[in-house]
Amino acid sequence: MIMEISLWLNNVFIKDNIAPDTLLLDYVRSKGCYSVKRGCETSNCGLCTVILEGKPVLSCSTLAVRANGKHVITMEGLQEEAAEVGGFLADQGSEQCGFCSPGFIMNVISMSKELKDPTLEEVKGYLAGNLCRCTGYQSQLRAVLNYLNAKKEAK
Amino acid sequence: MAVIIHTKGDLTLFTIKNYVVVKDLEEAYVLNQKRSNVVLGGIAWLKMGERNIQNAIDLSGLGLDKIEETEEGFEIGSMVTLRELETNTALNSYFNGVIAKSTEHIVGVQFRNCATVGGSIFSRFGFSDILTCLLALDAYVELYKGGVIPLREFADMPKDNDILVKVIIKKDRREVSYLTHRRTATDIPVIACTVARVNHKWQVVLGARPSKAKLLLDKEQMLSNNPTEEEINKFIEYIKENIQFGSNMRASAEFRKHLAGVLCKRGIKEITERKGL
Repeated sequence: MIMEISLWLNNVFIKDNIAPDTLLLDYVRSKGCYSVKRGCETSNCGLCTVILEGKPVLSCSTLAVRANGKHVITMEGLQEEAAEVGGFLADQGSEQCGFCSPGFIMNVISMSKELKDPTLEEVKGYLAGNLCRCTGYQSQLRAVLNYLNAKKEAK
Repeated sequence: MAVIIHTKGDLTLFTIKNYVVVKDLEEAYVLNQKRSNVVLGGIAWLKMGERNIQNAIDLSGLGLDKIEETEEGFEIGSMVTLRELETNTALNSYFNGVIAKSTEHIVGVQFRNCATVGGSIFSRFGFSDILTCLLALDAYVELYKGGVIPLREFADMPKDNDILVKVIIKKDRREVSYLTHRRTATDIPVIACTVARVNHKWQVVLGARPSKAKLLLDKEQMLSNNPTEEEINKFIEYIKENIQFGSNMRASAEFRKHLAGVLCKRGIKEITERKGL
């Protein structure tokens, strides 16, 4: 069975034909969104995070057909905001190998939109689904807190 | 113009031949009678298997993604995500916020935005935090053919081909505590424990034993309303004797049994030591 879907990928309207078991991860990569990484494949690491209808989801655990009629945003569609978060990560030396950075940045951006003035525990809780095997998380956490403070001060 | 057909990645093991967004519950029920057909929840668990699915049944067009508050309780559609359970203010203003507490360690926000209540409850996973939590509440499931039945009864039923429509939680004034032990913060639990006190009577649910969550009522009233250390210790021995624990890669049965006692004691104390009680 081939299914026709239509969606907005990074605000570009697309009509397409897909096999029903196509994962959103494979689909967005086939459209050139290579920021979306295949990591653990067990729904654990957060590397494949995309924003579906304003919410961060694991694209490795979402069928592309479920994005039918919806908006999908990858880091390619949030370059300005992603660069800003990336700058704070670089300042703390927390980008390291960088493989987890796109998924992490996408979740940080989602958090900054969803939580108003989050506590340290709320930040840790929100980002707990993004695994990193380089940093030990402390430098990432400093970077995120600096990013949130900078956004707060800019208001 | 050539039609490009996008297919799944090589690492994905499950296959779906047809995808059906059903128009009503009857269509879902009829399709679900064949073993090769599957009702989809969030697919986080399903996608790691090797099933060859003939018809994937999608309930997302049926409006089952809402949490509705009534005079008597809450009605939670089977397509509500775990994240919605966690963040629903009205729901979490009851039962000492344990529903949010039982979801907050489930992998990560992105996972919880995918996983559904129906997927977790209908599958009756041994490691389910949600099942362990809801079994301590006055909770029911509404099945399309089976009607409304207590969750406690449903949890012990063999899996069939009915459709889980919603989970219903009745409001009451029970005091609840939810605790788990995990090897890492976002791993599935080594053991999960819900303690509840309702009308001066106590009950404990132990999940991730590693088998399915099990409810134990303090029928003999070993625990008073504010139990002494001796009463608690006696009750813990009773739990250890009456609930079976198993071993797997996360922990041995012996360790789980020990942890069950520790968490149960902490849960009881958390409830009795709350301010204003």
